[in-house]
Amino acid sequence: MKVTDEIIDRLKAAIHSSRILTDDADLYSFAFDASFGMHKPEIVCQPMSSKEVAAIVQIANQYLVPICPRGRGTSLSGGPLPVKGGIVLDFSLWDTKLEIDEENLVATVSPGVITSTINDAAQQFGLMYPPDPSSAHVSTIGGNLAENAGGPRGLKYGVTKDYVLGLEVVTAAGKIVRTGGKTVKNVTGYDLTKLIVGSEGTLAIITEATLRLIPRPKASMTAMVLFDEIIDSGRAISKVLGSGIMPSKMEMMDQSSIIAVEEYASLGLPIDVEAILLIELDGHPQALMEEMEQVKTVCMNVGARSVRVAQNKEEEMELWKARKLVSPAIVKIKPTKISEDATIPRSQIPEMFRRMKIIKEKYNIHLVVFGHAGDGNLHPNIITDQRDQEEMRRVEMAVEEIFKAAIELGGTLSGEHGIGTMKAPFMEMELGVDGLEMMKSIKEAWDPKNILNPGKIFPVQGERFELRNDY
Amino acid sequence: MSCEMTTSTMLRDKLAYDETFSCVKCGYCLPSCPTYLAFGKESHSPRGRIQLVKLAAEGKIGIEDLENPIDYCLGCRACETVCPTNVEYGKILDSAIDVLGEYRKDKQSFSEKAIRTVIFKQALPNKKMLKLVGTGLRLYQKTKADKVVRKSGVINKVSPSLAAMEQITPTIEKPLARNPYHELPKKKKTKLKVAFFTGCIMDTFFSRVNDLSMKLLQKANCEVVFLKEQTCCGALHQHSAEKETAIKLAKHNIEAFEKLECDFIINAIGGCGAALVEYHHLFDPGSTWYERAKTFAEKNKDISYILSRLELPIVNTINRRITYQPSCHLTNVQKVVQEPMRLIEQIPGIEFARMKSQDLCCGSAGIYNIVHHEESMKILDMKMKTVQETKPHLIVTTNPGCHLQMILGVKREGLEGKIDVKHIVELLAEACDVS
Repeated sequence: MKVTDEIIDRLKAAIHSSRILTDDADLYSFAFDASFGMHKPEIVCQPMSSKEVAAIVQIANQYLVPICPRGRGTSLSGGPLPVKGGIVLDFSLWDTKLEIDEENLVATVSPGVITSTINDAAQQFGLMYPPDPSSAHVSTIGGNLAENAGGPRGLKYGVTKDYVLGLEVVTAAGKIVRTGGKTVKNVTGYDLTKLIVGSEGTLAIITEATLRLIPRPKASMTAMVLFDEIIDSGRAISKVLGSGIMPSKMEMMDQSSIIAVEEYASLGLPIDVEAILLIELDGHPQALMEEMEQVKTVCMNVGARSVRVAQNKEEEMELWKARKLVSPAIVKIKPTKISEDATIPRSQIPEMFRRMKIIKEKYNIHLVVFGHAGDGNLHPNIITDQRDQEEMRRVEMAVEEIFKAAIELGGTLSGEHGIGTMKAPFMEMELGVDGLEMMKSIKEAWDPKNILNPGKIFPVQGERFELRNDY
Repeated sequence: MSCEMTTSTMLRDKLAYDETFSCVKCGYCLPSCPTYLAFGKESHSPRGRIQLVKLAAEGKIGIEDLENPIDYCLGCRACETVCPTNVEYGKILDSAIDVLGEYRKDKQSFSEKAIRTVIFKQALPNKKMLKLVGTGLRLYQKTKADKVVRKSGVINKVSPSLAAMEQITPTIEKPLARNPYHELPKKKKTKLKVAFFTGCIMDTFFSRVNDLSMKLLQKANCEVVFLKEQTCCGALHQHSAEKETAIKLAKHNIEAFEKLECDFIINAIGGCGAALVEYHHLFDPGSTWYERAKTFAEKNKDISYILSRLELPIVNTINRRITYQPSCHLTNVQKVVQEPMRLIEQIPGIEFARMKSQDLCCGSAGIYNIVHHEESMKILDMKMKTVQETKPHLIVTTNPGCHLQMILGVKREGLEGKIDVKHIVELLAEACDVS
């Protein structure tokens, strides 16, 4: 149903009118995220308490109005887009609660808290909140929870879901419910916490989270490894991990991204290598020295051209600079960046490289591969111009084929970005008809009126993958 | 809306439409944007504004929908510094200001137009006029009329923003003391020959800083030349949709300084400096004026850029804890970031306490604190919180607008007498025993 004046009046009774936005300029600026598509909400509410959220959801439930939770809109999969109109619930103002419980090693946070501030606060107690999506300094924890965000440290430390002990949520009926708690061990009933994390706002709306913290490692060390053959870099990843060492990060850059960075910033990277691996180890300083020696040997044994270990923090930052510059460098080529995160089992990395090379040539597209290679979460990025309709069609076909390749190799559509609207058409391909049906039945049980972020995750009959906006 | 503006192709040409495509909407600009942080709405964020400009160019929203988002932008351009894809936000913003200006011209009343003409075309570029205002202010201060006016509360009733600004207007120095440097003594062994750009508002209200700047440059072995023919930089015009006048002033300055052979043109005003180093943006690439402007732009440097590369004869110890409020245009447009801090830390005795989110704008932003007073004060309050955390004896600034805003901030927090505000040149002059 459309948002009528009557509904607006009801909403104004539920939440202060200064936090209800209805101007066109406001509505349009909540119509996008970092993915594709422009979907204008009918109204934006900026709640700052569970009670307000519950009251808003009750109204939405009564009038059958779609309701889409949103953090700071850094999603790469369309998670917060109000594709069916209705209410956008903007949580960005609600950053008021960030409590560290030192004794129980947990943090309790409101949904609008910026992810990196949790880690900053934990640091004061010698603790760490490990999930580190590259948008951590911008994104909200609520958005991270909804999308189950990952990051480079996922390799060793896992992703957002591995650090959630408990949640407070508002259900589709507008009831406030708590799941889990403050304990690491908890087997009382179904694990609703894990079900809700990553459900992209389609099952319930997260209003508070209890997060697990771990002791902060004392030191870190970084090495840059050059490879003449990209296949060798894939083998190096498997060999290092098989040698009993678990690096905190293993990031790779392919030749196209190395060249792009060099053209952009002249860091002095060799442009004749096919791949660079950046390996970070963390732990006790003495153990690190020994492990780094081992990493060096393993890499040289699989045919690395050279290994350079940073001797101090400055050198470490210098090595990481190359990786950081990939994004700005590649958009210099063409402005539109399609960032995919199809993920494969580690052992298939060399094969995936081979297939992507074929796809790149077949569709004649600018495909750059970099990212969290250590956990198989490659980031094939296609650089294009969204104004070039013909090229965009080729890009769409290439992306489809990348998805297919990942699934054929035993991988998944998305490692950390989420399904949202972008990947919904491929769900059946990965899950099968019955698998998808099981998920749908959960959705129907939790949200029978389909008001919570409708149009997400599940494909509508005949829905096709599309990256083109209308002009 | 005037007829010719209605066609979207025209709008696409006038707005920096192509530039909006560089924005990948990642949102990395959000934490750097003072208005987003203060107002909590995406429409007041760089990403939101860029998308709105794009939609306006496509005819999907009206020009009037840009009014609020664009008017309330400080133009600090901190978003450009953090942008991972190098979106040229300044160009997008300026284009929107121009389009909005044109759109409004039709709606402006006669008196509004007259006021704009006086301020932008006559007063600002005209030193005599500004001096007249300056003299008036000085008389007003000397006769203690200011105290009477302040006590009566008349101003408060008229406009709270003017009242607030009136309280912090600096003491104007008497006219004779203002321009003593038409001919500056030449030193025998000079390292560099530099011209000095005084700025109009700066030279009226902070002429002492200009005087001290030139003396410091001489102490650092520069030959300093002062050029009488210079005029206003045009920054305020450009930010207020008076592009034609901005171009006129730019041409005047370029022509004036072209006649002079010098290594650099130095100024002590973050904001004016930013306009000067981007003069070529006012002209079409490829045109003769574009090239002339570019050559001129490359010669313009901030005083801290040059002083940090020369040897300063520091003789005095200054035992104070100092925090630094950078000028946004110095940081984000001129990219002079480390130099002022390096200079501050050179002075023996100083304890430098960097404030959190140092690069966040203070809310002064040209005439923003006058036209959007309430919003500016919200931003200032955020800034003063982080200033106070450093418990400084002194706040150092690099631009007159920020300077006045900091004085206002100190006053609002009731810290007058406890926290001083000084231009970096004043601090360096004290350290070098220059007066």
